[in-house]
Amino acid sequence: MVGTPPQRPTLRDAQMNTVTATHAYQPKPIALNDPGWVRFGLIGVTLAIIGLFLILPLATVLIEAFSKGWTAYSDSLAHPDTLAAIRLTLLTAAVTVPLTTFFGICAAWAIARFEFRGKSLLITLIDLPFSVSPVIAGLIFVLVFGAQGWLGPWLSEYDIKVIFAVPGIILATLFVTFPFVARELIPLMQEMGHEEEEAALSLGASGWQTFFKVTLPNIKWGLLYGVLLCNARAMGEFGAVSVVSGHIRGLTNTLPLHVEITYNEYDFVGSFASASLLAGLAVVTLIVKTYLEWRQKQDRKAV
Amino acid sequence: MSITLNNIGKRFGNFAALDNINLEIPEGELVALLGPSGCGKTTLLRIIAGLEQADRGQVLLNGSDVTDQPVKNRQIGFVFQHYALFRHMTVFDNIAFGLRVKPRKERPSETKIQEKVHALLNLVQLDWLADRFPDQLSGGQRQRIALARALAVEPSVLLLDEPFGALDASVRKDLRLWLRHLHHELNVTSIFVTHDQEEAMEVASQIVVLNHGKIEQKGSPSEIYDSPNNDFVSRFIGHTNVFQLEKDDSSWLAGAGIIIDDPKGIVAHVRPHNIQVEKPQDPANSPVYLKDWQHLGAIIRLELSKDGTNGKATTIFAEMPNEQFRELALQKGDRLSLHIKHAHWFN
Repeated sequence: MVGTPPQRPTLRDAQMNTVTATHAYQPKPIALNDPGWVRFGLIGVTLAIIGLFLILPLATVLIEAFSKGWTAYSDSLAHPDTLAAIRLTLLTAAVTVPLTTFFGICAAWAIARFEFRGKSLLITLIDLPFSVSPVIAGLIFVLVFGAQGWLGPWLSEYDIKVIFAVPGIILATLFVTFPFVARELIPLMQEMGHEEEEAALSLGASGWQTFFKVTLPNIKWGLLYGVLLCNARAMGEFGAVSVVSGHIRGLTNTLPLHVEITYNEYDFVGSFASASLLAGLAVVTLIVKTYLEWRQKQDRKAV
Repeated sequence: MSITLNNIGKRFGNFAALDNINLEIPEGELVALLGPSGCGKTTLLRIIAGLEQADRGQVLLNGSDVTDQPVKNRQIGFVFQHYALFRHMTVFDNIAFGLRVKPRKERPSETKIQEKVHALLNLVQLDWLADRFPDQLSGGQRQRIALARALAVEPSVLLLDEPFGALDASVRKDLRLWLRHLHHELNVTSIFVTHDQEEAMEVASQIVVLNHGKIEQKGSPSEIYDSPNNDFVSRFIGHTNVFQLEKDDSSWLAGAGIIIDDPKGIVAHVRPHNIQVEKPQDPANSPVYLKDWQHLGAIIRLELSKDGTNGKATTIFAEMPNEQFRELALQKGDRLSLHIKHAHWFN
């Protein structure tokens, strides 16, 4: 995770974590004990790659950002355009994360609790934003809501601006962050089963009481994990947002777009200063993510 | 509270899980729904609870129709096979759950809740576990907590789904007896599902035998055991030897004491303890010999082999008290004569 937008966390991350979690407590068969030079060789290669592709760029971001001193750094962060970009990024996250969370819980509930036709198709569709290139995602919205798009004439009749405006940015971000929470919750809720909820109902709890007192506490770590990844993506999304934003300075520039614009204008300190914020976000995300994974593991061990 | 089921039917796709079930359970009974797996017993229990909706028929609790009532309005306590304790709550909070989710007007004060939960913990003899989490308990303890939790809301009906199914054999034995005593104490109408006929005989006051979604027989344990309605019940409850009148040597059966002049069916079921084993006067003519035996504590189970007319041997099981077996001083391979004291005939 480097200065540029936080790397797109994939499902594979989450799965690999569970795999290591289960294997960590099993004694290692002797047959799988490789000779020392293989072990040190592999560890060395891994460390070298991480150093070259992760640590070095991250360091570069900080070095470049502070290359002209602390004042230049803080000045460029305090620039109205940068502040506008930060505000827009926060606004986008503030709108998309709750919506994605709400959708994720609904979808996970529907898929884990009910049997219906086309369920596997629905699961596949939820994954669609993972497999579509973000640029295409942005383009879809231009084709639908743009001036020449399907809904373009209708929208301009009512003077509603979607493309090259904040609603477009939010829509594009929603599209790319769509699966994060749902994908995290579906396997969790399926594994949980419904017995505890049925027990709550049989004890006289209402549907809401059951959800808040039984379901939610059981899925909370997974939910927070999904929300965290979703937030990182919402703040760091570049491709889809870039297509719909129109790069209007101070109005439709999010932080990642601002990094690009300032860089293209040879304002390296400004560019890397903004990038350092995103890098900071990535580091915080990583720390919180590790904590959440640890908590989830604790909970799972308990079961 | 009495329970009445009228024409309950339930299908899963093409599979008829329950077919026209009619059942009357008077207040205060402890009833076992007994049957092989897949016979619909758990589905029936869940329909009574309201966790599952029947396709047809009605569920009446104390005479009033609750078919369309959701589970929370039925005043039932449900105990799940895998306990379904709330894993993020302590034992205390688990038991208090049903009281704390009551509407504000009916909700008891926190002191009352404290008292009640501790009373229930004492009832299930686990007061010292109040602050533990479910994963820190053994299976037997969890099941008793689950029962205490269900009892907290003072249900009029207690429904238990394979309550001992996930427990060790020895714990299961203790809990069976304990459940029976608890029922005597509380006298709340209770239904439990089991596939274990011994468990049903030991715990229940009434047994309902189910097979393929239908009730095969209903009655007290002794009725079910001593006069099974049909072939299935006879085979399912206890051990039984099956003799086919057409296939088996009828003259031998006549010699063994079964009257074949006036058979009441074509298949005779004989319980092992209804076969009396003796040393024959004329060992050479007896088609039966002792193949093996098993020591079951107070009784010995004899595994007898009978030469068939077509050269195929059939195995017959007989049981006798330990002392009698010692008196007879039988050896493997000894020829024996049998006397059948009682048989059930089916077509």
